[in-house]
Amino acid sequence: VTTTAPEVGKTKPVTAKPARTRRGGVMGSTGLYIATAIAALLFLIPFYLIVRNSLMTDPEITGENWKWFPTSIQWGNLTEPFEDTTVDFARSMWNSVVVAVLHTVGILLVCSLAGYGLARIPYKHANKVFYAVLATLMVPTAVTFVPSFVLVSSLGWVDSYRGLIIPGLFSGFTCFLFRQYFLGFPKELEEAARVDGLGYWGAYWRVVVPNSLNFFAAIATITFINGWNAFLWPLVIGQDPSAWTVQVALSSYMTNQTVNYHLIFAATAISILPLLFVFLFLQRWLVQGIAQTGIKG
Amino acid sequence: MSTTTTRGVAQPAPAKVSKDRPRRGLRGSSTFNFWLFTGPFLIGLIIFVFVPIGWSIYLSFFEARFTVTPSEFVGFENYRLILTDADFRGSLVTFTVFAAFIVPATWALSLGLALLVNRLTFMRAFFRSVFFIPTAVSYVAASLIWKMSIFNGVRFGLANTVIGWFGVENIAWLSNPDPPWYWLVIVTVRLWLQSGFYMILFIAALQNIPRELYEAAAIDGAKPGRQTFWYITLPQLRATSTAVILLLLVAAYQAFDEFFNLLAKATWGQPPLVELYKMALGENQNYGAGSAGAVVLTMLICVVTLLQGKIMGFGRGEESK
Repeated sequence: VTTTAPEVGKTKPVTAKPARTRRGGVMGSTGLYIATAIAALLFLIPFYLIVRNSLMTDPEITGENWKWFPTSIQWGNLTEPFEDTTVDFARSMWNSVVVAVLHTVGILLVCSLAGYGLARIPYKHANKVFYAVLATLMVPTAVTFVPSFVLVSSLGWVDSYRGLIIPGLFSGFTCFLFRQYFLGFPKELEEAARVDGLGYWGAYWRVVVPNSLNFFAAIATITFINGWNAFLWPLVIGQDPSAWTVQVALSSYMTNQTVNYHLIFAATAISILPLLFVFLFLQRWLVQGIAQTGIKG
Repeated sequence: MSTTTTRGVAQPAPAKVSKDRPRRGLRGSSTFNFWLFTGPFLIGLIIFVFVPIGWSIYLSFFEARFTVTPSEFVGFENYRLILTDADFRGSLVTFTVFAAFIVPATWALSLGLALLVNRLTFMRAFFRSVFFIPTAVSYVAASLIWKMSIFNGVRFGLANTVIGWFGVENIAWLSNPDPPWYWLVIVTVRLWLQSGFYMILFIAALQNIPRELYEAAAIDGAKPGRQTFWYITLPQLRATSTAVILLLLVAAYQAFDEFFNLLAKATWGQPPLVELYKMALGENQNYGAGSAGAVVLTMLICVVTLLQGKIMGFGRGEESK
């Protein structure tokens, strides 16, 4: 009712006002849901296409008329990438699992320790060290892939897990995020641990880490997704097909001479599946982590 | 490592003597602990970040083809080569066009989605997930869907099927630069992949806007909708918006995956990182020129980031008063 006062100046709708607001509300929310549903459908089209194409035969996919659903579902398509001899898809999936898992574990270990040290352990040059870490944030790792490749190839790490994993572990940004997080960690908990006779190391593992699992889970989820989806670095390092990750394998399908649509889409579906699981089960931490840190996914 | 922990446990007795930090010995010293915690990270950072940067600056002054050991000092020749290279300069133009499309489009779409989702009363988590889930898909997989299924140049691609219903001829989306339809493909794939992520940032920011602002505005006679959006919501989101725009710019600058996969055989639409990749790892394997290119790109992005931070930083300071 308070809103009617300024409405007086506008001659027409004064009397109709309350009714209009209510109807507008219902109409508004119907419109809102229609708009959201349309947007959602558009966002789901690519997923629909993966499912459709991976369960169809090639003649159906490339047929004259668009078919929304396969006439008979070709479950057999889903095992075809593993039998295909041109690209070792099984190997590339395994490589991706190894790389993404070790990438995640390594980053969490190395960067959280450093973040804690920078946040909590008094040392007279700590600020200088911190600025050196901050300086690396200015230089995006993607831009330095040429010099990194030069270094890694002179170490002889091309085509190896070492080369795929180790250079990516030292993320200044993740270290920075951990430092910010630990700065806000309640000091009393650590002090209690120290009074109980634990050193920095003991307090870290027995008190700080167990009380920070939410934050670790958030960073782990984002790091795992990034590790699984990484393309440029694995492309540079995986010169031999035996060292390809699944992203490099997918990319190679696109430039192959013969195009097997159903096989390519089955492979794509399989490559996305692990992430969808991670995503559905860990979405809570992911959303929380992004909201807290603004990390790029 | 395990020894330190067990010793830590076995040592509760002197706790009241040494109370906390000033314990004697290596294990208790905070300098030692600082290096124990940060050492592994810092060593890695030096080897895999600082050394490559330094090496590439060094390498950029040398002739180095097919080998990563410099052979002959050439001064600024590599820089001259790269700055006069039509492809490299073209890639900067490509980036500029790309950024001009993708940055405002992603900003607007992710903000729009956030506003939609934020107003929902039921099924909100469901719709948020739907918009967010593409974040889990890789650029390679998305490029594959876009290239092979949606924007396939032949008649059975989804886009050509849809325009076919309206009697429009098939369009060669990617294999013909004139008219440049490939931009539609490139921009939509990235929009789909990253809008959900920025939507999450905007939702978080929307929920931090104090309700009283809207109540006060209602009392002052502001109409909910357009007026409150322009005079309350948008100004309140300013800090998030600037952060999002900066993140989008940096991400656009590093675009590689979708260009590499969608325009694999094309000569058009090649962004800086793809040019760099071709130069250093293509047929010529010119690491000297590749390093010079990396140095130039790094300097450009530093300048842009600093400028952006300065301009936006001032803006934010004013805004929050």
